[in-house]
Formats: sequence, structure tokens, C-alpha cells
Amino acid sequence: MYAYTDFDRDFLAERNAQFRAQVERRIDGSLTEDEFKPLRLMNGLYLQLHAYMLRVAIPYGTLNGSQMRQLAMIADRWDKGYGHFTTRQNIQYNWPQLRDVPDMLDALAEVGMHAIQTSGNTIRNVTADHFAGAAAEEVTDPRPVAELIRQWSTDHPEFQFLGRKFKIAVTGSDQDRAVTAAHDIGLRLVERDGEIGAMVLVGGGLGRTPMIGKILNDFVALPDLLPYLEAVVAVYNLLGRRDNKYKARIKITVHENGIDEIRRHVDAEFPARKAAFNGADMALLDQIRADFAAPIFEDGQGAFLTHYEHDPVFRSFVDTNTAPHRHEDYVILTVSTKAHGATPGDASSDQMRVLADIAETYAHDELRISHEQNVILPHMPKRHLRAVHAALAKAGLATANVGLISDIIACPGMDYCALATARSIPVAQEIAERFEELKLEHEVGPLKIKISGCINACGHHHVGHIGILGLDRAGVENYQITLGGDGGPDAVIGERAGPGFAYTEVTDAIERLVRAYLDIREDASETFLDTYRRLGAAPFKAALYPEEAKADAA
Amino acid sequence: MPRQFTPKVVTANALLEGDVVYLDPQGHWTRNHAEADLIEDQATADIRLLEAQAQAHEIVGAYLADARKGPKGPEPIHFREAFRTRGPSNYDHGKQEGL
Ligand code: HEM
Ligand code: SF4
Repeated sequence: MYAYTDFDRDFLAERNAQFRAQVERRIDGSLTEDEFKPLRLMNGLYLQLHAYMLRVAIPYGTLNGSQMRQLAMIADRWDKGYGHFTTRQNIQYNWPQLRDVPDMLDALAEVGMHAIQTSGNTIRNVTADHFAGAAAEEVTDPRPVAELIRQWSTDHPEFQFLGRKFKIAVTGSDQDRAVTAAHDIGLRLVERDGEIGAMVLVGGGLGRTPMIGKILNDFVALPDLLPYLEAVVAVYNLLGRRDNKYKARIKITVHENGIDEIRRHVDAEFPARKAAFNGADMALLDQIRADFAAPIFEDGQGAFLTHYEHDPVFRSFVDTNTAPHRHEDYVILTVSTKAHGATPGDASSDQMRVLADIAETYAHDELRISHEQNVILPHMPKRHLRAVHAALAKAGLATANVGLISDIIACPGMDYCALATARSIPVAQEIAERFEELKLEHEVGPLKIKISGCINACGHHHVGHIGILGLDRAGVENYQITLGGDGGPDAVIGERAGPGFAYTEVTDAIERLVRAYLDIREDASETFLDTYRRLGAAPFKAALYPEEAKADAA
Repeated sequence: MPRQFTPKVVTANALLEGDVVYLDPQGHWTRNHAEADLIEDQATADIRLLEAQAQAHEIVGAYLADARKGPKGPEPIHFREAFRTRGPSNYDHGKQEGL
């Protein structure tokens, strides 16, 4: 794992001391809110609907037991005993008081964490697959490449005043758990003739104008990657629109100029960029790789198989919440924060401590936070799974629903977010509880519901198999449903099904959709998304709007 | 005919706690919507908002929100403002805590 250097530590201490002074000066009146606001935002402090919110970065979603334990301590001491894991692999505290925030930041720094937000129109934090370094099917760990890009782009003089913010995601697997097609640049690391390189996608993004990234180059060898990315960003810097904030992202540049035209510019720019690189970047990459070295895996499964065969509850948990690990005696364990009726992404301080203990005791002291708002033990020995399952169950963390209908992504929505147009959390809670009552979700199988409380799409609703977008229609909450979205390797933006639903109608509408799917699927192996792709929207729309379907038939 | 004016309250968040606050008829900040000053015309609303914004040592982000008369005092009209009088719907936190 990436370890903090003295430089990082000194930098953090200085930043925190500065912010402490700024908070004092805001409170004593020497700073106005207009002066203070950009300072607090840079330090991850937002003002939400009912209180301040502190957003703590978790780089690559990776943390260890002592960091998780410190997050729990902070939640108890300065918040209300819980934290919220977000779709951006952060943890948010929803109730800090302004005076306490500098102490919270110091407590974070003790374990090498911070709340510093990259802001402005620069290359933002680079994200990677949450199963990185563990997944069985992975070609290579994407985090060293992501970290190389982060170091190259930080303070890159040419790219401090881009037309708009710029986000890069990297995956090393053909499963694409990093939603690369929804980023300004998405990199998919692949192997060709024994050499590792990147497929480069460009122009993806969600939000107001959702778009799927297009393939700019299907293989850029690693030594060419930074100069190639530099060429792409330089072309965007020149061609990108600066007249309209909503048209400034590279997705619009690609849309307006066409991918072929962008490619022509990038190819023309590349040779000069390549000439300026001397190979130092590849030496750096080797160093970074050492920081992300895998733990030493140990062989043996103990009594795992016996437990698996004899205990149906344990078996269901293993089948639903684990994924194949690169070592046959290990699994990747996803711990669901989504017990039916719970707030997606929330963990109490007690739960955080249980997770920290499990990671330290059994699982190579490593935890990950996924953009699907769950906690992952990436290196979980099979022989300890049963003990871990028991410990998780005691803490209310053993819900076997990963990838199922109640494993819903929901942004904070109007229960917390000042930008929201409607609530999302209670919608998620009600849907999860409904399907738990019906005992249907294991029969339904893989189904991703994603809910956003406004057009900014923090809940990724565009790429939900079922997407729900909360809007304000003439002073009433109204929910628009999209169908057929997919955030995986063949990413698709969902299609709007029709008129929206009132708050009290959403759960019934979702149940009608799911029942229609169960009626029309070929068999249990055909997922909701497969059925939608085979039959199109019509049968699902008929289920959503039965009155209209009746009128059409009449 | 002049457009009908929807009465307003001045609302903001408290600087130290972030809690939702309202301007009362005496020009003090209250945490209770029902104690807010219900403003009946645009000119007064504009002036009271300016006065509120001048109190930056106590509050953040003052704005005017639609409201109406109720039996116990002014009530919010929009659902966003109604949520702000209570707190989130997933926990008993915020103003509703201990009510
Ligand atoms: C990730 C690496 C591992 C860690 C951190 C770890 C840690 C622990 C801990 C803390 C215990 C005591 C708690 C308990 O009884 O469950 C334990 C028990 C045990 N571990 Fe491990 N272990 C690891 C891998 C292995 C492997 C690969 C083997 C054997 C090939 C193994 C063999 C055992 C045995 C025999 C026990 C005794 C109790 C039992 O049968 O469950 N461990 N381990
Ligand atoms: S999608 Fe909208 S409501 Fe949800 S967190 Fe993002 S900005 Fe807030």
C-alpha cells in the first residue's frame, strides 16, 4: 500500500494549521463567507441542508484497519457515531461543527488521511477498480498506472486551467468495475503479444448530458501512455469550448468534433510529446509498483468446504458476496452496508471497528470502499470466512445481497444535499424492504438499481439497469425511471421509460417492472438486463404504465 | 394588475453549527420556522435579506423562502423548506431530534 513520506506528512500538518487559522478568522469575523468558502471547500468542508459536511478522501478506496478505526473514533467524538461511504469512494461526516473541523483534520492526519479536495478545472483524482490487485481475471493491477498519472498530472503547468474539470479512471480487468466509459478519459489495461498497454476511451460522463466514452485508441503501450495522455489533454485544452460551462467537458468536444477528428489531432500532437519524455516515468512506475506489491498469500482452505456444504446461510453469503481471487485459497469479500431498510453506504462506528478488527486479524489488514458504497476485504482467506461471517452477522453486516435488487446505490439526495431536487435515501430503503418482504431478490438475481436526487447524477442512475432520478415537478417530488443502463464493459446510458412517478408510487412501479421481468424472462439464467436487451423497452413500459397499455389495446 | 406576492421568510444556516435558522421580527435568529418574521411585500423582503446578509458572523447563505400563515406561525410551502424545518428522513437527527 502507498505509504506516506515525510514530505506528505509535513505538507498535511502545514495545511491543517493554515485551515485552523482560517476557521478562527472566519469565526472572529475577519474573513467573510465569500472569502472563506473556497478555503473550506478545498479542505473538504461543505454546507449541506441541515449542517456542515466533511468529505474525507480515500485514495483508490484503499485503507487499513487503523485508518478505519480512526474514522470510527472521529464519528464518535465529533459526529453522530456513523459515517457515509459515497459513490466517489469517500467517507462523509454529516454533522460536524465548524469549530471541531480542524481537530478532525488533525485526527485524520495521524493516520495519513486528509479531506483535501482537488478543485478547479484541473485533472482530478484518478480512480481505479475496487478489486484491484485481487481479482482473479485481472490482467494487471491498475493502481500503479493510476498513481503514475496522478503524480504526473498534479501541478502539471500546462493543465492548471483546463476548460473544465477532468476525470480519469483506470481498470486492469475486462469486467470494468471502474466505470471507465463514464469518465473524461477511461483506461482499460490489456495485454497484447505479452506487452501491457491501455485501451483509451475518451468523452464519457454522466450528469446533465450523459455520454459513453468512445474508443480513441485500442492499444497504447505503457511507455507511450503519459505522452499520449498529454496529447489528448492538450488537444482538449485547445479545442474545448470555454463559452458555456455546460458544453465545456471533453464529452462535448468529442461529440461536436467527432472521434476521428480528435484522433487526427492527437496523433499529430503525439510525436513532439513523446520526444520530451526520457523514460524517467517508467522508472517511477517501477517504484510505485513496489508500493502496491501484493501481500504474501498463504495456501490452504481449512474446513471451508465442509462449512460451505453444511450451512445454507453461510453458503448463500459466500455465493452472493464473494468474487474469485487471484489465489485459489482466497476470495474477495464484499461486505454489504445495505441491510434491508438501512441507509445505503452508512456504517456505524461499531461496524467500522468490527471491519477494522476483521481486516487486521484475518485479511492482510486491507479494506476497500467501492463506488457501489460497500466495504471490501480484497484478500480474504477462505479458511477464515466462516469466523468472519459470524463476526459480521453479529454486527449486522452479513446481508447476502451484493449485486441484487436491494444493493442499491443512492446519493444523499434531499435528506442532506443542498443541490438536491428530491430525496433518494428513503426511496432506496422502501424498495429494499419491499423485496425483502416478498423474499424475491435471490430469485430475481443480478439487478442494479441506482438513484440520484438531482441531475448531477452522483447516484449514477444513467447506468443503473433501473435508474431513478428524483426531480421537483411544480413543488412536488417526482421520480423519472430509466431502463437498460449499464456501467460495465459494454456501458449504455439508460432510456427514459415515460412520465415520472410520485414519491408514494415508486416502489409499486419497481415491483411491477420486476414482476414483468420474472414473467417474460426465458429462464432464471437470463438477467433483467439480458431480457431488456432481447425484448426492448415495450413490455417493461407496459408494466410501468398499465393504464396506457390498456388504452392502446382497446 | 401587480403579481400576487407570496410571503417570505429569511432563512440561512448558523455559522458554527450549520443548523437551519430564520430571521424573527426583532431581527434575531431563531431555529424555529414558526417564530420567523413573515414578510408580506417585496421591498421589505429585499431590505430584510440585506440586513441578514450583513450578519455574516452568525450565519451563512441567507436567502428568501416562500412561506404562509399557519395556526402556530409561519409555515413552509415547498417540500425542501419543510425538510429543513425537521432534518433528514432516515434518522431522527437534526431539529426533529428529541421532539
Ligand atoms: C491472511 C492470512 C492469515 C491471517 C491474517 C490469519 C490469522 C489467523 C487468526 C487471527 C487466527 C485466530 C482466530 C481464529 O481462530 O479464527 C487464525 C487461526 C488459524 N489459522 Fe490463520 N490466518 C491466515 C491464514 C492462514 C492460512 C493460510 C492457514 C493455513 C493454511 C491458517 C491456519 C490457521 C489455523 C489452523 C488456525 C486455528 C483455528 C482454525 O482452525 O480456524 N491461517 N488465523
Ligand atoms: S445527485 Fe444531486 S442530490 Fe444527489 S448527491 Fe449529487 S448533487 Fe446531491
